[in-house]
Amino acid sequence: MSPTMIAIYVFVLSCFVGYHVIWGVTPALHTPLMAVTNAISAIVVVGAILVAGADVQTDASGFSWVHVIGFMAVFLASINIFGGFVVTNRMLAMFKKKR
Amino acid sequence: MLELSPDFFAAAYLVATMLFIYGLKGLSSPRTALRGNWSAMLGMALAVGVTLLSPEVKNYTWVFVGLGAGAVVGTLLALKISMTAMPQLVAALHSFVGFSAVLVAIGTFLAHREAQRLDLVAMIELGVGSAIGAITFTGSLVAFGKLQEILKSNPLIFKGQHLLNLLLGLGMLGLGVHFAATGDLISFLAMTGIALILGFLLVLPIGGADMPVVVSMLNSYSGWAASATGFILGNQLLITTGALVGSSGAILSYIMCKAMNRSILSVIFGGMGTTDAQASVGVQAAGKGVKSASVEDVGFLLENSTKIIIVPGYGMAVAQAQHAVKELVDVLLEKKIEVKFAIHPVAGRMPGHMNVLLAESDIPYDCVFEMEEVNGDFSSADVCLVIGANDVVNPAAKSDKTSPLYGMPILDAFKAKQIFVSKRSMKAGYAGVDNALFYYPNCSLVFGDAKSTCEAIVAAIKGA
Repeated sequence: MSPTMIAIYVFVLSCFVGYHVIWGVTPALHTPLMAVTNAISAIVVVGAILVAGADVQTDASGFSWVHVIGFMAVFLASINIFGGFVVTNRMLAMFKKKR
Repeated sequence: MLELSPDFFAAAYLVATMLFIYGLKGLSSPRTALRGNWSAMLGMALAVGVTLLSPEVKNYTWVFVGLGAGAVVGTLLALKISMTAMPQLVAALHSFVGFSAVLVAIGTFLAHREAQRLDLVAMIELGVGSAIGAITFTGSLVAFGKLQEILKSNPLIFKGQHLLNLLLGLGMLGLGVHFAATGDLISFLAMTGIALILGFLLVLPIGGADMPVVVSMLNSYSGWAASATGFILGNQLLITTGALVGSSGAILSYIMCKAMNRSILSVIFGGMGTTDAQASVGVQAAGKGVKSASVEDVGFLLENSTKIIIVPGYGMAVAQAQHAVKELVDVLLEKKIEVKFAIHPVAGRMPGHMNVLLAESDIPYDCVFEMEEVNGDFSSADVCLVIGANDVVNPAAKSDKTSPLYGMPILDAFKAKQIFVSKRSMKAGYAGVDNALFYYPNCSLVFGDAKSTCEAIVAAIKGA
């Protein structure tokens, strides 16, 4: 099996896992669900780190556009990670039972 | 230095994936939700930490500056945002994921071209990843603009829209094929440019009541963008995580569409048919009369009830009335009156928005019920108090085949012994449809701002 085929396997099976896990989420928590999925979709940060830290040719001063592009990507994804998780935490902490 | 094997990274990423799934599972109940969020955070920390150890990462300055700056901006944003503005924040964050995915695709292309690690499959994956990211980016920007009311929220429709989108789509595809075949940077960027324009054009015509669907849909896109990035990098963690997020957004879009009785395709391609509906409003309203009630009347009936159901809508959030509502609930609970909240799936501007607003004002979540749970209760309720909701309690959706709302599931508020609707004016709801409920003999309207109305009712009950 080629690596691409393995990737497709993983992708399709993950969609099934996602389908079943998400239907189990209580509708009352759909907004926090969106915020937290937002935070975890910032997993693109992994790709961003690989670009920002890539071993590419730089000019005499050690500058490369690849690193700048990677930096922007890391920055944006990082906003998402922290923004998403913190706001989810804030929301979930407000849900209280009757005293 | 110790050389870490690829399997080490794969194993660590697998653990991160499991932590994400466990985290989402936690959201099945408010009791376990916070723990779930911490689990997801741990997964993210593990993923980032392990990636930093990767032998491919040679240069740490940009990485750490980016992570640090993002942490500060993200945390400040999350701490300062008001709960009413949550949909805007989520839309803005979606756009960041989209843009980030585009940048990763471009950066990976440049870095891999230098290292001569590009083949046809990689090029196709880069093209797809960049296109999905770009559409997510600009689409979310438009959604943000509409929710923040920088852009007009009503649908923008023009002639030849679908044809233009089709041509742009074909152009994007053509450039993508050219890029995959030749590895030409210019056609890659041009293709991404067209995808950016498409993102704008796809969301501009959607508006008003359809906003919850758009936000859910873009949530889904941001997941698919992450998955596509995973294909580019051959990284299973990104593929799995993206698929989880993608299916989450897709399910939410489906739930929203079902709750509005609209097909997902009609939401994606073109706005709601508001013009025809509005014309008939005046005609219907002129023929019949509505009753109005004073806050004293409402207060008197409320305190002599045994069971009350409150139906909140986005109007409550706009008037910032949730704290006044909480005060009213406290007064009623003190008098041993049963109070339930009934939430329609599309109440608010994103799925579950109303639940968060009620939770913020300290209303316990076990008083708050979803439509299916509570609909049977209306017939035994003495009073139903509708605050800032409209279309979701319109009985025309059940009985009037000519109504644009016909077929939409509604909260059966009309079955209550007495209904009070707090309203600013006789203006129609989002859908631009007159509400048949207002003309029911057991329904009275209380005119005025939702917040001052609730405060006045509390004062009336306390004074009596």
